[in-house]
Amino acid sequence: MARRNTPEINAGSMADIAFLLLIFFLVTTTMDVDSGISKKLSEKPPPDYVPPVIKERNIFEVNINRNNKLLVEGDEMELKDLKEAAKKFIDNGGGEGKIENGVSTGPCTYCKGSKDPSSSDHPNKAIISVQSDRLTEYGMYIKVQNELLRAYTELRNRLALEKYNVTYDELEDAFKKDMNNASLKKKVEDIKTSYPQIISDAEPTSAN
Amino acid sequence: MSKFGGKKKEMPAVNTASLPDIVFMLLFFFMVTTTMRETNLQIENPRLPNATEVKKLEKKSLVSTIYVGKAKDKKFGTGDKIQLNDKIASPDMIADFIYSERAQRPEAEHKFMTTSIKADIESSVGTITDIKLRLRDVNALKLSLSSRKVSEIQQ
Repeated sequence: MARRNTPEINAGSMADIAFLLLIFFLVTTTMDVDSGISKKLSEKPPPDYVPPVIKERNIFEVNINRNNKLLVEGDEMELKDLKEAAKKFIDNGGGEGKIENGVSTGPCTYCKGSKDPSSSDHPNKAIISVQSDRLTEYGMYIKVQNELLRAYTELRNRLALEKYNVTYDELEDAFKKDMNNASLKKKVEDIKTSYPQIISDAEPTSAN
Repeated sequence: MSKFGGKKKEMPAVNTASLPDIVFMLLFFFMVTTTMRETNLQIENPRLPNATEVKKLEKKSLVSTIYVGKAKDKKFGTGDKIQLNDKIASPDMIADFIYSERAQRPEAEHKFMTTSIKADIESSVGTITDIKLRLRDVNALKLSLSSRKVSEIQQ
């Protein structure tokens, strides 16, 4: 018997097949990064907790009813006007800031608001209270939260541009890349405390 | 001189024998990294709201996800349903869910744990509030309301 040579399998198309599979996985892979509006819930108050008395003018009341309509400080408002109204309220600077560790922060020196005595005293005293109905749509609720956050972001950006010549977003990005940089950290903290985000979610009104 | 210019050699073909190996390597990489959604959604895939002021969740291993939306299966009835892990659950089971999530992670990381709520835009705020109250009871205070990042919101 003559030994026959086993013919070699042609592997030339293997690369094509592998490429095909590769492209399939490339397309189907979703590197889905979870992102969202971050919130910090308040701690559960002890049973004998007496909430501090807050002056009416330091509270910016936003109501969303079950038909997804907005009521801001007692007046109806369109969503697109909410950001400006919130900015005006936060940036008012009509009085003294809150007392921290026994030291008064004094009047707001960086505020550009109208210093209206019937509006907020200082950004660190200005509280935005969002009350929604149980039947309010979640999408609307997020939109409102987003507008309020935008108001804060714009104010922070403005202040950071004035003080450090960069926007707050850039400052934060730079800090994230270089966590140990003390001067960056100080800048970020400074802007953050100048315009602290105080958005509280009031207990929603019930349907009945 | 003639050493370089003189002889007319034919260009040798590039050896492509290792090409399949390279491609296979890439293929395996993508096969391994692809996550085919770890939980089976019992609710309809939530349509996340759009927002501009979103923050990325940095450490994925520290995130526990709660889904809110309408149930796929009609036997659960209509209205908003909450899904924890693989099952549709009642709000009262959230505390146990958080405890079990905590048990899977080292104690030092508990305070960095974040709860991500993936809720459909049409679900009601009441359901979300129920979840928030339950989370507050077990001191899981870091919350992320999952939304898609957009540069501009159409009003």
